[in-house]
Amino acid sequence: MIKLDINGKQHDVDVPGDTPLLWVLRDELGLTGTKFGCGMALCGACTVHINGLPGRACVTPISTLAGKKVVTIEAIGTDKVGGTVQAAWVELGVPQCGYCQAGQIMSATALLKRKPKPTDADIDDAMTGNICRCGTYGRIRAAIKHAAGEKGEAA
Amino acid sequence: MNAPLELIRGLAANEASPDDAWVIANVSRRRFLRGASALGGFVLAVGLPSAVRAADPPKYGADGMPHGWVDSPLVFVAIGEDGVVSIVCARSEMGQGVRTGMPIIVADELEADWARVRVVQAPGDEARYGNQDTDGSRSTRHFFMPMRRCGAAARQMLEAAAAARWKVPVSEVQAKNSEVVHGPTGRRLGYGALAKEAALLPVPADDAIRLKDPAQFRYIGTGKLKLLDAHDIVTGKAQYGMDTRVAGMLYAVVARPQVYGGKVTSYDAADALKVPGVVRVVAIEPTPSPPYFNPLGGVAVIARNTWAAMQGRKALKITWDDGPNADYDSVAFRVTLEEAARKPAKVVRNDGDFAAAAAAAAKRIEAEYYLPHLAHASMEPPAASARIVQGKCEVWGCFQSPQAARDLVAKRLGMPAEDVTVHVTLLGGGFGRKSKPDYGVEAAILSKAVDGKPVKVVWTRDDDLHNDYFHTVSVEHLEAGVDAQGRPVAWLHRTVAPTIVSTFEAGANQEANWELGMGVINVPFAIPNIRIENAEAIAHTRIGWFRSVSNIPHAFAVQSFVGELAAAAGRDPKDYLLEVIGPARVVSPQMLGDTWNHGESPERYPVDTGRLRRVTELAASEAGWGRSLPKGSALGIAAHYSFVSYIAAVVEVKVDAKGELTIPRVDIAVDCGACVNPERVIAQMQGSCVMGVSLATLGEITFKTGRAQQDNFHQYEVTRMPAAPGVIRVHIVPGDYSKPLGGVGEPGVPPVAPALCNAIFAATGKRIRQLPIRDQLKA
Repeated sequence: MIKLDINGKQHDVDVPGDTPLLWVLRDELGLTGTKFGCGMALCGACTVHINGLPGRACVTPISTLAGKKVVTIEAIGTDKVGGTVQAAWVELGVPQCGYCQAGQIMSATALLKRKPKPTDADIDDAMTGNICRCGTYGRIRAAIKHAAGEKGEAA
Repeated sequence: MNAPLELIRGLAANEASPDDAWVIANVSRRRFLRGASALGGFVLAVGLPSAVRAADPPKYGADGMPHGWVDSPLVFVAIGEDGVVSIVCARSEMGQGVRTGMPIIVADELEADWARVRVVQAPGDEARYGNQDTDGSRSTRHFFMPMRRCGAAARQMLEAAAAARWKVPVSEVQAKNSEVVHGPTGRRLGYGALAKEAALLPVPADDAIRLKDPAQFRYIGTGKLKLLDAHDIVTGKAQYGMDTRVAGMLYAVVARPQVYGGKVTSYDAADALKVPGVVRVVAIEPTPSPPYFNPLGGVAVIARNTWAAMQGRKALKITWDDGPNADYDSVAFRVTLEEAARKPAKVVRNDGDFAAAAAAAAKRIEAEYYLPHLAHASMEPPAASARIVQGKCEVWGCFQSPQAARDLVAKRLGMPAEDVTVHVTLLGGGFGRKSKPDYGVEAAILSKAVDGKPVKVVWTRDDDLHNDYFHTVSVEHLEAGVDAQGRPVAWLHRTVAPTIVSTFEAGANQEANWELGMGVINVPFAIPNIRIENAEAIAHTRIGWFRSVSNIPHAFAVQSFVGELAAAAGRDPKDYLLEVIGPARVVSPQMLGDTWNHGESPERYPVDTGRLRRVTELAASEAGWGRSLPKGSALGIAAHYSFVSYIAAVVEVKVDAKGELTIPRVDIAVDCGACVNPERVIAQMQGSCVMGVSLATLGEITFKTGRAQQDNFHQYEVTRMPAAPGVIRVHIVPGDYSKPLGGVGEPGVPPVAPALCNAIFAATGKRIRQLPIRDQLKA
């Protein structure tokens, strides 16, 4: 049994310690908001927060998570910044298919918590690991600025 | 809970029975069933599917699609006693916004308050809902009018019910915002209070349906409504094919042949079965050529979670017979295509006399373009789940064509289609890949292998890239003869590319009319001598539709070549393009040799060069065509007609001294006719633009020893945020709701790559003739 702290709840999971967090979240705990896109930390669809920092669940073995707090898209809305980011995403109509957006929101929230008024270069750096195949990048950038309190226009 | 929820739950339990579904209220179900059986089980009193009208030649648009269209409110609308209006969406949502767009058409005509509308996704059942193939940029253009009639008919039934209740003439009542109001007395009744009585009334006949005046639309065309699923998406609640969970579910990954036509010779599962969590190893029989939408076969590992299944697959020992395509090699195949492109080939259009005109021309210009295979790489790899209970199979998946999934599962399991229910989840991107439901069939096969237990098949990213239905690879050979002023008098375009038909007919080696009709045969240019040829090419992998399909290579070649001719003539590229398009005129597609015309009537949908000119001029003026830019920066233009819409793009590029490319801005002008949800039209154009940039700059799948060489996003690169265009401005030409609508999901892609490369030429003098650009600009 491995103990995990996910979204403020304790879970005991009975899978090998090298199992990536992604599959424990999705298949064992039913938290399917965190998405599978590549399995190699290349696309960012599985981004979660680990002790407040963005991490890729698909390459994070659960054995490394002892004593750490994991937050997923299902709970990020309880965070003030996270909730603001989600609202900005809806307001600016960011999603198309939406599959990557949980990861985008987790990366954007981590950025804004670290840097409340990011520059375009900050946004590029923070978001370059998150692929959107529908091509919503312009609106993602605008929504981050919107959430940061700037007047974000749908680019 | 409220009535509609009860209804939904009741239906969910019964969904295996296709007749037992959406009605205006519970009471009318029996009446519907009676009516249905009287008509042979499927066909409704209105909206007869096209099959019933087999005598009407020829069929275009929705009429020409399998199972045509349906517009009955008894199929698409349910109203609960609490007034909540449930509207069925029978098309698949993959990011184009159809789950918002289709229901707002119904809701608008129905005068339903959008705040009290819920949308219910239809299972795969075309006999009931009409065609559900969500591809070809067809949903809105084929279902705008049926959905308007559907909503209007339901509104009239509610008005008639209110008039009957009040014993007043129906002319004195009017539906407004989910209520019916009696004008003279001001009495009001909500839709919930009227639903049962309305459901007992006859559906108005086609000629009795009163559509709204478009000036009265409250949702259509306003772009004010938020995306239906936005909240679920941003909170992680949205359910994709990858997310299905059923009690007792097992998880599977499949080791598939890496070479098209390959198969398993033998395998040893001993080590795989030792992996903790692995439950079973099951062989899937390959399907003989042609591949159609059938599984490729291979060896599946079924486990208690996806990770365990992946570890089990790594431990499999498999001997493969690679089959006849083991030598497929992209470098060698390019040479094969080039050789074919340089010899005379099958003539598919011949206006005037190209040879004579070219021989007499002042100058001859020739260019050849190469475009590689592409993989769709939707962010959600293919995924589907299935279970079999008491001889009935239930499938859940991200399907663009749920009826095809249903039919194929039924065939493979040997059960009637009526015993197969296909639930359509959200699609995490589709782009044409998810029109081919092979993964759904895999799920059903594996569920059967474990006694009907629920099994989810997950494709990993390398599965997705190795075993895609790839976008074709092509060589486009163009020649022109120009007069003394540099104007084209003779035009030859020889296209050569493995055809998608090879996926359906073994050995097919020439482009179909619907591939040629995507921007090669139907160039509407004012050139007197035009010769189009198509050379043979054999497919050595599965070829399939990729968003905008053959328009990608055709538009790239045609619009790049026009740019090359403009440069040779020393002319402004925009002015030259307009001159090649020629004066505004309406051209029959048949005159262009196009017998397909995107499946649309040549009378209703002729090629209108005035519209092509207009988007060209609009994109140019909005982009500030002609404005002065610093050294290394320039604008490029391209215009293309596809999916019966007209799009032009002006791309601004900056290429620095090291050859680093940035795209500060793109202006796209679109004439797709009237818009249902202009906000989503803008979103589709922006997304198409990024996809166009991605395929132009980075996209390439190569083959060696028959195998796709790219495993994941580090090798199959796609555009990320820093390289995406800085600003994408979309300019919509206003449309008229009485005129036929055009497509939106795909036609934004084709003009982007040639506009980009025309801009690069203007900025650097370097002409890109081979995609992707990748490091071709590097010093």
